[in-house]
Amino acid sequence: MAKPSVMIIGGGLAGSAAAMKLAELDCAVSIMSFAPLKRSHSCCAQGGINSVNELTRQLGDHEGKHFEDTVYGGDFLQHQPPVKELAEWAPRIIDLMDRLGVTFNRTPEGFRDQRRFGGTLYRRTAFAGATTGQQLLYALDEQVRRWEVTGHIRKYEHWDFLAPILDDQGRCRGCVAQDMITMEIRAIPCDALVLATGGCGLIFGQSTNSLACTGSADSRLVQAGARYGNGEFIQVHPTAIPGADKLRLISESARGEGGRLWVPRTPHDPRPGQDIPERERFYFLEERYPKYGNLLPRDIATREVFKVCIQEGLSVQPDRPCVYLDVTGLPRDVLDRKLGGVLEIYEKFQGVDPRITPMKIFPAVHYSMGGLWVDYEATAQGGLRIESPRHQHTSIPGVFAIGECEYQYHGANRLGANSLVACLFSGLTVAPGIINYTTTLPAGLAAEQSSTLFDRAAYKENSRFQTMLARPTGGPSVFSIHAELGQLMTKYATVIRHNADLAQAYERVSELQEEAEACSLSDTGQWANQEVFFARALEDMFPLAKIILKGALARDECRGAHYKPEFAFPEITATDPIDRRREAVEWCEHFEENNRKWLKTTIATLDAEGEPRLTYEAIDTSLLAPRPRLYGILGGEIIEEVWKEREAAKQLAGSR
Amino acid sequence: MEKRKAADNWSAEPTRAFRVRVLRQDGPAQPSYWQRFSIAWEPDMNCISVLQKIAAKAETIDGQRVAPVAWDCNCLEEVCGACTMVINGRVRQACTALVDQLLQDRPEEIELQPMKKFPVIRDLVVDRSRIFVSLQKVRAWIPVDSYLDMGAGPRQSQDVQQLAYLYSKCISCGCCLDACPQFIKIELYREPGESTEAYEARLREANYRAFMGAHAIAQVDLFNSNPIGSMTANERLDALIAEGGIQVCGQAQNCVKVCPKGIPLTTAIGRGGRAATKHIVKKLFDR
Repeated sequence: MAKPSVMIIGGGLAGSAAAMKLAELDCAVSIMSFAPLKRSHSCCAQGGINSVNELTRQLGDHEGKHFEDTVYGGDFLQHQPPVKELAEWAPRIIDLMDRLGVTFNRTPEGFRDQRRFGGTLYRRTAFAGATTGQQLLYALDEQVRRWEVTGHIRKYEHWDFLAPILDDQGRCRGCVAQDMITMEIRAIPCDALVLATGGCGLIFGQSTNSLACTGSADSRLVQAGARYGNGEFIQVHPTAIPGADKLRLISESARGEGGRLWVPRTPHDPRPGQDIPERERFYFLEERYPKYGNLLPRDIATREVFKVCIQEGLSVQPDRPCVYLDVTGLPRDVLDRKLGGVLEIYEKFQGVDPRITPMKIFPAVHYSMGGLWVDYEATAQGGLRIESPRHQHTSIPGVFAIGECEYQYHGANRLGANSLVACLFSGLTVAPGIINYTTTLPAGLAAEQSSTLFDRAAYKENSRFQTMLARPTGGPSVFSIHAELGQLMTKYATVIRHNADLAQAYERVSELQEEAEACSLSDTGQWANQEVFFARALEDMFPLAKIILKGALARDECRGAHYKPEFAFPEITATDPIDRRREAVEWCEHFEENNRKWLKTTIATLDAEGEPRLTYEAIDTSLLAPRPRLYGILGGEIIEEVWKEREAAKQLAGSR
Repeated sequence: MEKRKAADNWSAEPTRAFRVRVLRQDGPAQPSYWQRFSIAWEPDMNCISVLQKIAAKAETIDGQRVAPVAWDCNCLEEVCGACTMVINGRVRQACTALVDQLLQDRPEEIELQPMKKFPVIRDLVVDRSRIFVSLQKVRAWIPVDSYLDMGAGPRQSQDVQQLAYLYSKCISCGCCLDACPQFIKIELYREPGESTEAYEARLREANYRAFMGAHAIAQVDLFNSNPIGSMTANERLDALIAEGGIQVCGQAQNCVKVCPKGIPLTTAIGRGGRAATKHIVKKLFDR
């Protein structure tokens, strides 16, 4: 029997991991990417990768706690079995990467070193300098090259994925793609299509994402009928360098190694940061959140930076909002050996040495928790049957999704250093399910399908391409429309959201969508025409932008990264113990009521007119009961006390 | 710091525009030609934002409508290696080429050219597949038995890790190759009617035999120093002494000067040379 053929779109961590594993299992693997795999966006990941390890275990840590931190940090919006499985695989995944030659930092005794990251109290994060994503990606890129030499993997570098090819039963039998140099459009048969296309930061104009992160592949799949989950959950990272072309990330590891956020107590103090004495500095996270300090989950840290700059007027600079991220107090050895990569970025782009002068940073759009909806099959123990064909399978038969482009692991907020482990986990484990899927294919393999299926698909995309080139001149430019889309989305759909703004943004985005379809190209050539690819990606940003806006508009609550002040729970402000208790009881009742309504996955699909339709799906919380997320909120102790009493009472009632 | 200050003073004239000269080429085997653009100055610009502005305006300094300049980029933080080009005569990444600094050194204009040792695809986009062919040739990977769970990798000292990390930061940008006098450009054109696959195979064959350059020599050292990689060190040393190997190096030492990641390439070449000599002698006696 012929080998099943698998096409992977995207050559970052998830895509490369899937490619090497599928090659090992003797599939005919192709991998498609905008750029050589080694240049994928995963190389920008800095801080590290989480897993329970021998060190944390001896302090009482175990896989269950990694699972719990991830679910609690994500505000319980994830189905729990996939997260449980992820936490259990994580130590083995890091071992594998270690064997593949990743240059993890070492302790003096030669073990892998670990640091602490946000949302946990354990040092779970293994790292390779401050370019961990780069080092992990390179190890996988090398393995893919190894299989390329033996003919197991075929690369389509500098190709753009245009559409899946679905047969009459709606089953994926291949994809249409375009060579970004020759502009050739080709229909490529495959038995399974795997999307590993990362995030959609470009919808927000500037973000920490690379320019390839347009979200276009996800959008093309959604336009072909796929379901999209939790689109409104967009992570805004607390610490990035503002820039003209990009907002460059300064890793959470800077705080993991001891970096501190502060602002001068005197607004816009004109002295250089290093000259402001200790007593005149306001370490706002440490003062407000003594337990987690600078290592809060990102959604909360980001809102605090916003609050201190905008509501409290304490921005370091009067003309633009920013706070200090200060690593000047750390030993030089730690800075060079563990943070060198990020500090270099600051130095190269700002011309200032962060070892001497505190860095000026502000939040930036960073990661999409939402993404293509994917399925899973749970075991009786609450883990996953990873060999199940349902594992990582989108709602289109034959299309799988892994890495940031799917929605499954991070809920309403992703913890730092959990993305790399989720990319690798989904990438490494997608293979057996794909093989099981392809062995039960009705009507044979893709190569046995009628050629008209493929010809038709290629013809359709060819016509779209020729129509684009033939557009009349004089229309708006793709770049100006993209700039406006980005500004709208950043202003209205990031850290703080209001319904009136979201509704207004949705209307304007709909208008922009029409303008984008009419925009003119200044390049109509048939050779390496980059504008065509960008114009097409821009058009495809709109369905996702609308899904994000509509999901955010509909979700009347605060959860993780999605924050609407109008629906925030009041904090406990009473001082009298009886009043405090009463307020806490009300708080808990409110919390439960809100969960009954909103502890649900948002599922978006496009209707015949291309407008998003939302439905909601219950979440599997069978392993860990949802509870209030109380990182340092005012009155948290009394809420926690009341909550525990209520839970105990419920259990008692249940056992009777 | 001095430079930064001067740039700040200069920025006191926000309305000022500056000129950019770009060496363009419509496709392989086409003639190249210069075009000038005028760009309105803004704070914190780099060559990426310059090219973005050229694309958005698509008009030369003389008001002629032109197609946007084609160029490669992705991460914009000097980790992906995509945006490598020759800027004011020096091969480097466009993202870290800051406009204020460039104008400080040469106020009249900024000059952008494609890399010189790789075939131009269009404008500033070049075909660097040769870099990855040489990584195939030197077998730059750890040949693990399988991807099953076999426990952690070998323990390593901090010194060994730090050295490996230096080499493994190589972003395969090709700066070291562009600056190398021994690295000769290979340019093959598509024959009429030749398929993409046939053309790529022909190109690969030519690239495989040509000089691998400093980056690949450093990768040999990286993988041969790894405890698992060292088990197959001879395979990499065979590649190192084959046609297009380390013997082509002329010790010009340009590579180390242009590496954006500060990789000690000449040290790697020195170590590679000694390992190659030992390997040749050993092969003689093993016959």
